[in-house]
Amino acid sequence: MKTIYFNKFYKSFNILSGILIIASLVFLVFKGLNFGVDFKGGTLIELRTDKSSANITKIRDSFNQMNLGDVSVKNFGNETDFVVKFEKQNSNDPQFIEEIKTKLSNSIGTVDFRRVENVGPKVSAELLRSGVIAIALSLAAMLLYIWIRFEWQFSLGAILALFHDVIITLGVFSVFSLEINLSIVAAVLTIVGYSMNDTVVIFDRVRENLRKYADIKIFELTNISINETLSRTIITSVTTLLALLSIFIFGGEILKGFSLAMILGVIFGTYSSIYIANPVLVSLKVSQRTIVKEEKE
Amino acid sequence: MLYFSKLRVFSVLIFTLIISYFTISNFTKVDDEFFSKNIKLGLDLQGGSYLLLEIDNEPVITQRLQSKVLEFKKFFKDKNIKVRNFVIEDKSIIFDVENSKIEEVKSLLDDDKSEINPYFQQYKSHQFNIENMDTSFKLEFSDYGLVLLKNSSLDQAIEIVRRRVDEVGTNEPNILKRGNDRILVELPGLDDPGRIKSLLGKTANLTFQFISSSSEESFGTEKLSFEDGTSEAIVSKRIVLSGDNLMDAKPTMNNQTNETVVSFSLDRVGAKKFGKATSNGVGKRLAIVLDGKIISAPEVREPIIGGNGQISGNFTFQSATDLALLLRSGALPAPLNIIEERTVGPDLGKDSINAGIMSLIIGFILVVAFMFYKYRFFGLIANLALISNLFLLVGILTLFEATLTLPGIAGIILTVGMAVDANVLIFERIKEELKNENNSIVAFDSGYTKSRTTILDANITTLIAAVILFFMGSGPIKGFSITLGVGILTTLFSVYFIARLITAYYVIKNKHKEKLI
Repeated sequence: MKTIYFNKFYKSFNILSGILIIASLVFLVFKGLNFGVDFKGGTLIELRTDKSSANITKIRDSFNQMNLGDVSVKNFGNETDFVVKFEKQNSNDPQFIEEIKTKLSNSIGTVDFRRVENVGPKVSAELLRSGVIAIALSLAAMLLYIWIRFEWQFSLGAILALFHDVIITLGVFSVFSLEINLSIVAAVLTIVGYSMNDTVVIFDRVRENLRKYADIKIFELTNISINETLSRTIITSVTTLLALLSIFIFGGEILKGFSLAMILGVIFGTYSSIYIANPVLVSLKVSQRTIVKEEKE
Repeated sequence: MLYFSKLRVFSVLIFTLIISYFTISNFTKVDDEFFSKNIKLGLDLQGGSYLLLEIDNEPVITQRLQSKVLEFKKFFKDKNIKVRNFVIEDKSIIFDVENSKIEEVKSLLDDDKSEINPYFQQYKSHQFNIENMDTSFKLEFSDYGLVLLKNSSLDQAIEIVRRRVDEVGTNEPNILKRGNDRILVELPGLDDPGRIKSLLGKTANLTFQFISSSSEESFGTEKLSFEDGTSEAIVSKRIVLSGDNLMDAKPTMNNQTNETVVSFSLDRVGAKKFGKATSNGVGKRLAIVLDGKIISAPEVREPIIGGNGQISGNFTFQSATDLALLLRSGALPAPLNIIEERTVGPDLGKDSINAGIMSLIIGFILVVAFMFYKYRFFGLIANLALISNLFLLVGILTLFEATLTLPGIAGIILTVGMAVDANVLIFERIKEELKNENNSIVAFDSGYTKSRTTILDANITTLIAAVILFFMGSGPIKGFSITLGVGILTTLFSVYFIARLITAYYVIKNKHKEKLI
């Protein structure tokens, strides 16, 4: 197979990644994330209306009359399904949901509540905390694992790639105001696993080649390793993306956000293994001495 | 790496078949309990309600402090120590002792063998922490004392919750402790949790108290409002009878008035108390108080001696049934707050299953087709490994009766996408080896050997993510971590035992063929 010179573009893609990360951070800091009821507290109702009777404006109007705080109404999947979210949550009043349903039926006709989620402020704060802890913990565990398995230069490269993927994925969610809920946390953790996986495969090869070729510079060597593992990288990311696309398209509305986050994560993860992880090895001037020294110890 | 002993082949085969059997058992009916296992569907797939309840322990703490004060008074009296000015303030007991006894009181409270402030050896803590300023003592629950109190009220509450849920008769409810002040209630198949919520939201503290005509009552009086909120009444604080003495309660029809009432029967002690009180109180109104609200306050026309009575109060049949249920199941030690609720209708659950299965089938077909396109015959081997992987994965989930959730299905699909990675790594490696090696058996062998560490590395990273999710996630997300984690294990098995076995047979048979892969 023809060799592709990935290393020619290390610099330009690093600049691009840098810009993307800064942009993501700016968005995350100034615009923030669109937290769902899991993390913000409040009530979510997924409802199905009679075909003829309802549209978003009508539903929004009738909810606005109920004094429920900030109300958001969105179409969900097909035209008869809607998701309504509002700040107020009152799960202690057993009639709370029932009353909303009655009022709504009076104004827009028969509705079916397909899903109700009611999360109190205490629980949402805990869920948010445990989500952050889970992500932090997984990053720490990956760091530890790779630190045991590889030399520190490699660990640094892999971890930078991880942060790159997580930050940009969250950045995309911030830019498009996509909802962050519990399943997004699961997606982010899986992305962390996938991105690491992808980086490790190339790094294993880099290390093997470092042993084999004493006189090839790391700049060349990373490119050789990337090329040697390239068809695996492509095949695996294609099959994973095929599976994820299938969830995204056919898996229903509830899994949309999850699969989208994963799709983004797989794309960035594959990209960062090549254009973040490897350039780090180059700029740290990794050579045969790096690994031989480590092995002697 | 290509050699397999007969025994190994045999065990791989048997293991795969047995586990795969449990995948199939989801779709068949067998009479035997062990062999007819089904995968458990999460609430998001079968529909149902998830409620997280939190005990409000404040009243329990106050109650416990009040009874502790009585204990202290008696204790010090027996010891001939004069203590004064007992107050309960800010969740602590404060009192004064005479000057000469400070040291004695201190040692009585601080001793490891203290009768009044028990010491728990294993936690190195007393029930109360003591603060002493001159003659004044301040006692506050220690952390462990508080835990102990919370645990006991949680144990009581969970029992009552279980009784109430059981009485409603939903199928297979799941009631679990969470931490030391929370109860998780899962109600599969329940579409509208309104009734259960209103049943669990009531403490159901029932008391009978006389309506007081004057406010000069030796026990003191309190002003309570009626349930319907229309009026108030002054009620004596003396409790004639409480729900503890109730043996049974059921909704009945009062033949004379033609209204629905709740009839109850009392235990012996209760019947005696009730008889005595009603004998003395003929002509007075007896208020029936539930959770601080008067349900009704009928006039006592004659002594009620038999231990049977009726509660009237504008009930519908439903509300009478619910009240009877609450009275039968007993009072909660403290009010419960519902702090999280998630309800999925059965329709949506069904739709989710269909969507999940649809995307699994399509994702599977896409991956299988792609692998065949890329590797031809070896693609078939990888696909066979993938199929057995799926069977093993679902089989293990069934065998251990794990709960399958919608994200769990997503985890299975994701496993399908990522599982081929190991075979791809191996095949690509073999291709490289074949470039420099003429003996195809050697090339295949070293292909397997040299890719092994990489494959392990790659899978361990995903496994780490899955394990963390398992411990940090809840409900549906936990389901995802389970399928993802088990999926990695079955992937490694299917790659290293099943795919390698077939590869080995094929390569050994066709070792002289050109361009094997």
